[in-house]
Amino acid sequence: MSAIVVENLVKRFAGLDAVAGVSFTVERGQTVALLGGNGAGKTTTIAMILGLITPTAGRVSVLGCDMGARGASAARARMNFQSPYVDLPKRLTVRQNLDVYARLYSAPRPAERIAALAEQLALTEFLDRRTGSLSAGQATRVGLAKALINDPELLLLDEPTASLDPDTADWVRSMLEAYRNEHGAAILLASHNMAEVERLAGRVLMMKKGRIVDDAAPRELIARYGRANLEEVFLHIAREGGGERTGAPQ
Amino acid sequence: MTGRILAIVLRQWRLFSGSWPRIADLAYWPIVQILLWGFLQIHIFREAGPGAVVLSALLGAILLWDIAWRGQLSLSLAFFEEIWSRNLGHLLVSPLRPTELIGGLMIVSLVKTGVAMVPAVAIAAFAFDFNLFSLGPALYLFMIALVLFAWSISLAAMGLVVRYGQGAQEMPWAIMLGLAPFCAIYYPLEVLPAVFRWVGAGLPPSYIFEGMRDVVVQGTVDLRLIAAAFALDALWLAAGAGVFFALLGSARRRGMLLQIGE
Repeated sequence: MSAIVVENLVKRFAGLDAVAGVSFTVERGQTVALLGGNGAGKTTTIAMILGLITPTAGRVSVLGCDMGARGASAARARMNFQSPYVDLPKRLTVRQNLDVYARLYSAPRPAERIAALAEQLALTEFLDRRTGSLSAGQATRVGLAKALINDPELLLLDEPTASLDPDTADWVRSMLEAYRNEHGAAILLASHNMAEVERLAGRVLMMKKGRIVDDAAPRELIARYGRANLEEVFLHIAREGGGERTGAPQ
Repeated sequence: MTGRILAIVLRQWRLFSGSWPRIADLAYWPIVQILLWGFLQIHIFREAGPGAVVLSALLGAILLWDIAWRGQLSLSLAFFEEIWSRNLGHLLVSPLRPTELIGGLMIVSLVKTGVAMVPAVAIAAFAFDFNLFSLGPALYLFMIALVLFAWSISLAAMGLVVRYGQGAQEMPWAIMLGLAPFCAIYYPLEVLPAVFRWVGAGLPPSYIFEGMRDVVVQGTVDLRLIAAAFALDALWLAAGAGVFFALLGSARRRGMLLQIGE
């Protein structure tokens, strides 16, 4: 059973297609990146997978559950996400926030789980501090702790290292790799950070104007487009209208 | 399910218990109200003499309307806290169902309403010689009926905020205050012009306040009034929930839940 199956997904806002017929699957143990410029449809696609946005057309299945049906709640217990568009309540301490989410996700032995995550994410000394008093990097790590609170089989990450310094970002990427390898979890991430995508993702879905214009491993994409790195591939597609899966623009 | 509802209650408790401005705000307005109207009642009694029997119902009306007001406010504000803290997205993608979220917030609303009213009820009893509990067992039915009505308004207003953003967050206050003149709070329904009497007849609080005056002035409990209030409550709650879920669905279709704001 695939972690995510997306079929002909469409989202139309005021007559414009934010997502225009996207189909892909993400297998367990796989990290897939959605890559594209602003407005390419990455966040909208993730929000439809999460059930925050109702698709205009198409179907989303997560861990075998149809996300448009009543069984979606069961799937949500086995997945989690982090996004810069949402926060954890700032007045609560880190421990209090994580405890609330441990309960919402019915995580067994919440206190032990929080302690283990805090150690893993170097948050132990911040557990009893108010979430609003943390630096951007610390808050991102707390967001990751929340995203891992239920040992998710599927992790959806929107710009997971956006506000982190290079060293911490690298550390978070290592942590995510380790989590995926240990748990066999699937990760779908949206990112503008090419180094991150090259490092984490086994497969990249290049999005432009709501469509997937290419779908391959980072090295394959670099070779296919004859570029030095993924950033150059990204810039080529963004500026010069790439997107012919069969072509190899020079 | 119980665990998830408890998590919502716990989250709100932690927010509330660690914030003295929120605690102070809870009891402050009911105290101000009861002092203002209590002294006014003393003044009118002195001027009009003991013949003004109906005025003895005034403090009962103040306290009961405050219960409705606090019920509405505490449910709406608890929900708005999740929007203000940008936490609603996290909640809506968790296994928590919207009905469980509402259920948890209703428990919070009940507790906060109870806590908010304690000082005002005590002041009414000791400073103005009005014991709310002298209304007898009917008091509890009055309170439940009013809180149910208040929640129906909150649900509709919460839906408006989810759909139209924080610009609509004055709605719960505006709707409650807009309906207040027709709810027969301080005067009988018959005072209203015929057309407004019809409006009042559709509002559960009208029956509760008429019933409360019966108890205070005549010492009788008219169960038909209470039954009518509960029957109307069922309709109002169904309508409020319908509006909330319809607007939540609309917000999902329009992609407004991820970045809910103005």
